[in-house]
Amino acid sequence: MKDKILLAHGSGGKLTHELVEKSFVKAFANPFLAKLDDSAVMDFNGRLAFTTDSYVVSPIFFPGGDIGKLAVYGTVNDLAMSGAKPLYLSLSFIIEEGLPQDELNEIVDSVQQATQEAEVEIVTGDTKVVHRGSADKLFVNTAGVGIIPEGVDISGNKARPGDRVILSGTIGDHGIAVLSQREGLSFSTQLESDCAPLGSLVAEMLAASPNIHCLRDPTRGGLATTLNELAKQSKVSIRIEEEKIPLREEVLAACEMLGFDPLYVANEGKLVAIVPAKDADKILKVMRENHYGTGAAIIGEVKAEHPGRVVMKTCLGASRIVDMLVGDLLPRIC
Amino acid sequence: MCLAIPVLIKSIEDKEAEVKIGGITRRISLWLTPEAKVGDYALIHTGYAINILDQEQAEETLRLLKEIAEAEEKD
Amino acid sequence: MKFITEFRRSELAEGLISQIHRKSKTPVRFMEFCGGHTVTIFRYGIRQILPETIEMVSGPGCPVCVTANADLDKAIALSQIPEVIIVTFGDMLKVPGSHSSLQKVKADGADVRVVYSTTNALEIAEENPTESVIFLGIGFETTAPTIAASILQAEERRIKNYYILSMHKLCPPVIRALLDSGEVKLHGLICPGHVSAIIGSHPWEFITRDYGIPCVVSGFEPLDILQCVDMLVAQVENGESRVEIAYRRGVRPEGNREALKLMEQVFEPCPTEWRGIGEIPDSGLKLRKEYQHFDAELAFDIDPGPTYEPEGCICGDILRGVKTPADCKLFGKVCTPEYPVGPCMVSSEGSCSAYYLYGGDFEG
Repeated sequence: MKDKILLAHGSGGKLTHELVEKSFVKAFANPFLAKLDDSAVMDFNGRLAFTTDSYVVSPIFFPGGDIGKLAVYGTVNDLAMSGAKPLYLSLSFIIEEGLPQDELNEIVDSVQQATQEAEVEIVTGDTKVVHRGSADKLFVNTAGVGIIPEGVDISGNKARPGDRVILSGTIGDHGIAVLSQREGLSFSTQLESDCAPLGSLVAEMLAASPNIHCLRDPTRGGLATTLNELAKQSKVSIRIEEEKIPLREEVLAACEMLGFDPLYVANEGKLVAIVPAKDADKILKVMRENHYGTGAAIIGEVKAEHPGRVVMKTCLGASRIVDMLVGDLLPRIC
Repeated sequence: MCLAIPVLIKSIEDKEAEVKIGGITRRISLWLTPEAKVGDYALIHTGYAINILDQEQAEETLRLLKEIAEAEEKD
Repeated sequence: MKFITEFRRSELAEGLISQIHRKSKTPVRFMEFCGGHTVTIFRYGIRQILPETIEMVSGPGCPVCVTANADLDKAIALSQIPEVIIVTFGDMLKVPGSHSSLQKVKADGADVRVVYSTTNALEIAEENPTESVIFLGIGFETTAPTIAASILQAEERRIKNYYILSMHKLCPPVIRALLDSGEVKLHGLICPGHVSAIIGSHPWEFITRDYGIPCVVSGFEPLDILQCVDMLVAQVENGESRVEIAYRRGVRPEGNREALKLMEQVFEPCPTEWRGIGEIPDSGLKLRKEYQHFDAELAFDIDPGPTYEPEGCICGDILRGVKTPADCKLFGKVCTPEYPVGPCMVSSEGSCSAYYLYGGDFEG
């Protein structure tokens, strides 16, 4: 019979210690974890960026990734969006009783590989096991810290009229890849989640030009929601052009079939940068040379009129408002 | 209303077809279009083909629109 | 993608727009009946690029918007029965009934599942033989034949735990009722493309014959709508009134005979309540006697309670094209897509939702 995670694995006793040492500490081997103290202790020199996120994606394995990979890259990216070099993560598991041990092992391996790719370390963590039905197989929380280099000052309120808006690649890949696995929707696609760490991309962009005004990764709610947030925070309007937005055929096809607008579909390996016009071409070039920015494109610009609004020029040349996502994306027949 | 998209019929088995659009494939029902053939384009709505697309008419429409575009450009 | 992207080409749109501007001299009001057309019009900003002579008004062709409160209440009551699985298209999830919505009862523990196709609903029924699977049948003539096909498949596969709550509606009767009411003066009708793929173009002939209003059946891409408007303008300027098909790649004048046959085999017309309009004879579909064992209303004993209509909601007027969302006191203030009061704001193709999400008459 295959091994399963039991409530006892979360009780703090022998089984917990066995799980932590054999599965986690071994996988993430580093001096901090090896100490097994209640806190990881480290020195910092400079401005600290600090973020956290919880991951509840279902299914926990999806084309191109899993909840573990997502949990590392998601938090790493939030740090990168402040211009920080991501350094250390905490990792907390809330495991539903009955989760097969080999599924947990696969997630742990995935986390370990992701930390290597993102060049970060897991320095502290926690494990809880809850009754069957109290969690959807596995929930993960990661918190992360990083250091922001001198002279870098990125914030959602810094977009200025005249700035250019750059998108690092195709939108909607993650949301559609996950959706293709959901009961009741069933379609087959080679599409994979775009789940990726953006720390190195951001570092190269800042090296090319430290004057980047805004950075944000359009996760849940899609590109539309992120642009709306930035427009409101900076009290400007953002104008984009439909024909300039990079989009894979598979994403367009799935959206057409289910009645979604790709602007609202989640991404996990993309960023939006708002940069001064004079630096745009230089930054774009650098992005396209990075593995995670090959599809980068300038999709629009920032204006002063209609502050707080995002406006899109459609393929017909007319303009229309792009609002934030409301509620969930639901497939429709009408 | 009535979201329906054109898909290419790749294979047929009994009253079902495997269809493709833009890299996505799906099984759909041919209960409403028993005359469907492999290579046809069908309009699919909620997982059923509701009509076989008339490809000649599609080309004809595009040709007409091109003519209008050219005529308007001259003026 | 074939047959989609070609019909979005901007250079072809320019030609049509230029021709429409040149030919349109008479002020007219055109109605797009179908919610899918409403979405295309708003999403591509078509109203902005049409000449001032053309006013566009949206009609009641959103099957979700016109589903009566009482029907939603029935669905919600059914969801409360133990061992019932409600299976629905995504459109219905957030529509407010008198006191609740399917989304709310789902959060409270009712088994409500969203599917893309009735084929998924049949699978759910087969996988859960001890539960009763009730499919919420909404939609017009495009969808009804697919529901009919699902019932025939259930018979074939001997699936005994599959039921339908039929809330299907028919288009020609409501258009007649709208035109008879005389509330809105129309000079042209953009006829629904996929409904026509099923029923053909002949059922629209009564509009030209009895009311003298030009009709053109349109597809759903921006070029389709523009071509349709161009053809309506041509008829108006020539003083004509006939039914034409612009959407020739998708619609044949005789429609889809097989689909009509299945629909007529399983369903028969019945009077039904349209939200904001009232009861219209022969405008709904109910299961024929031979298929009544699939009817959820007959199989289950429910008491949905009294119906309650929200105060101040003018969805009815908006659905009939008499008022616009901008005329509604609740629009954008109390009634938003996040906190919808009426169905026109919930449905992705309701006028209010389209207005709100795409900025209504935003210029600039």
